[in-house]
Amino acid sequence: MREFDLAVIGGGPAGMAAAVAAKKKGLDNIIIFERDAQLGGILNQCIHNGFGLHTFKEELTGPEYAERYADMVRELGIPYETGTMVLNISDDRTVTIMSRERGVEGISAKSVVLAMGCRERPRGALGIAGYRPQGIYTAGTAQRLINIDGVLPGKECVILGSGDIGLIMARRMTLEGAHVAAVFELMPYSNGLNRNIVQCLDDFGIPLLLSHTIIDIKGKENLEGVVVAEVKDGKPIAGTEEYYPCDTLLLSCGLIPENELSRACGVDINPLTNGAVVDDRLQTSIPGVFACGNVLHVHDLVDYVSAEAAKAGESAAEFVRSGQTSGDGTTINLIPKNGVRYTVPNKFSADFPDNELHIRFRVTGIYKNSAIVLKCGGNEIFRKKTMIMIPSEMQDIAVKKDVLAQAREDVEIMIEGEAQ
Amino acid sequence: MTKELICICCPMGCRMTIELDGEKVVSVTGNTCKRGSAYAVTELTAPVRMVTTTVRTADGVSIPVKTKEPVPKERIFDCVSEIKKAEVTLPVRVGDVIIENVASTGIPVVAAKTVPCR
Repeated sequence: MREFDLAVIGGGPAGMAAAVAAKKKGLDNIIIFERDAQLGGILNQCIHNGFGLHTFKEELTGPEYAERYADMVRELGIPYETGTMVLNISDDRTVTIMSRERGVEGISAKSVVLAMGCRERPRGALGIAGYRPQGIYTAGTAQRLINIDGVLPGKECVILGSGDIGLIMARRMTLEGAHVAAVFELMPYSNGLNRNIVQCLDDFGIPLLLSHTIIDIKGKENLEGVVVAEVKDGKPIAGTEEYYPCDTLLLSCGLIPENELSRACGVDINPLTNGAVVDDRLQTSIPGVFACGNVLHVHDLVDYVSAEAAKAGESAAEFVRSGQTSGDGTTINLIPKNGVRYTVPNKFSADFPDNELHIRFRVTGIYKNSAIVLKCGGNEIFRKKTMIMIPSEMQDIAVKKDVLAQAREDVEIMIEGEAQ
Repeated sequence: MTKELICICCPMGCRMTIELDGEKVVSVTGNTCKRGSAYAVTELTAPVRMVTTTVRTADGVSIPVKTKEPVPKERIFDCVSEIKKAEVTLPVRVGDVIIENVASTGIPVVAAKTVPCR
């Protein structure tokens, strides 16, 4: 059986950054398993720009960002196997892989970094009435078809969901010669960046219909059109139905961390993120198994993915070096309270090894001129003023070690201020 | 004449009102910071956009490309249609110039990915 110090599951931005960081921490025997034909993950199809402002201080396209990390992987001599599907990870860190070259093979790893990313919520999970004609794609599938396979899925398009991928695809379909009639968003606000609403919709005169959803899909073999209605309190309003003829429907309705392998391995999952429960080292409930990137919680900036994944890689290296599963200090839970939906990590060891702890979280509503507050035993231990926080933008605060070292019991994190 | 703009510089999304005298910006109100007024002036006098798309080799390999600098917004479609016609042969290195002066904008189009020979 082949043996490795670290097996990284997934060769996207998280997996590459984890492997690079582990190597730089002195870990030598690393392997990256990637199911696609190349490293880079979903960045390869994200040909728009806006990546890397934090990491490289310049605006890159997705493929450029991916290539920078793939180059680091190659320059550091880190082996990777593409076209390789990981079938199972057992709790003793035996990883079962399958590829054309090697067939089915079990390998043994002293540590594992989970970096499988996430997938899009499909039509079947949305509960829209109607047949199942061809012509319905998730936005990411259409993105791959156009940008990698060079195929335009259709000519007359509507988009459900106003997440950033949906907005980006509205522009992409338009530039490729399709007509995008509208983007429909169930909520009264968009989940996309203002920049994308302006540059992907307004620039091309594509309307964004808020508080609207698709209530029926017409067409049996091929998509013929959709019926759209205005929505109030989650229910369609009778009499507001409108028919949009179309041959293509793109869905941009949320992302779900892809944790089948983690679950099979027995990793505890946080129902709030659908990702693993982790400590300050990004270690899951199974010693030696770490998680980072979109499989841990869905990010909106790849820069944060890289930073988080580097931490997971360093932790794996330290685990292999010392064999230590956690710190000696008391484990303290981070409890999301008013206005905070979840946190990563979920807990930390009072003697965590770094100078500061990054706490990443999302807020539950729109907060202007508010503050992020940490309390322990009713006493405030940390406060940071913020101009604006919105649910679609992940927050990342760095809390100094000496602040958290005071904690003897659970630390509560909350937003002070009124949601709009 | 006045125009309304939503600022895209940060998630605040300030609703700005811009007073124009012909093409000239007279005043910007509603912005919270100076980035907002700078964006408003550019957006209303000479709006620019990065263009990203793909080119295909004769045997069908897609290569992502981008304009090296933002181009005037009204030239987006001209750029895309000229890029579509570009002929590319492998190998391509990231940063390679695919078109030197796209749609007479004076701006080059460069490859956004290294693609070796098949």
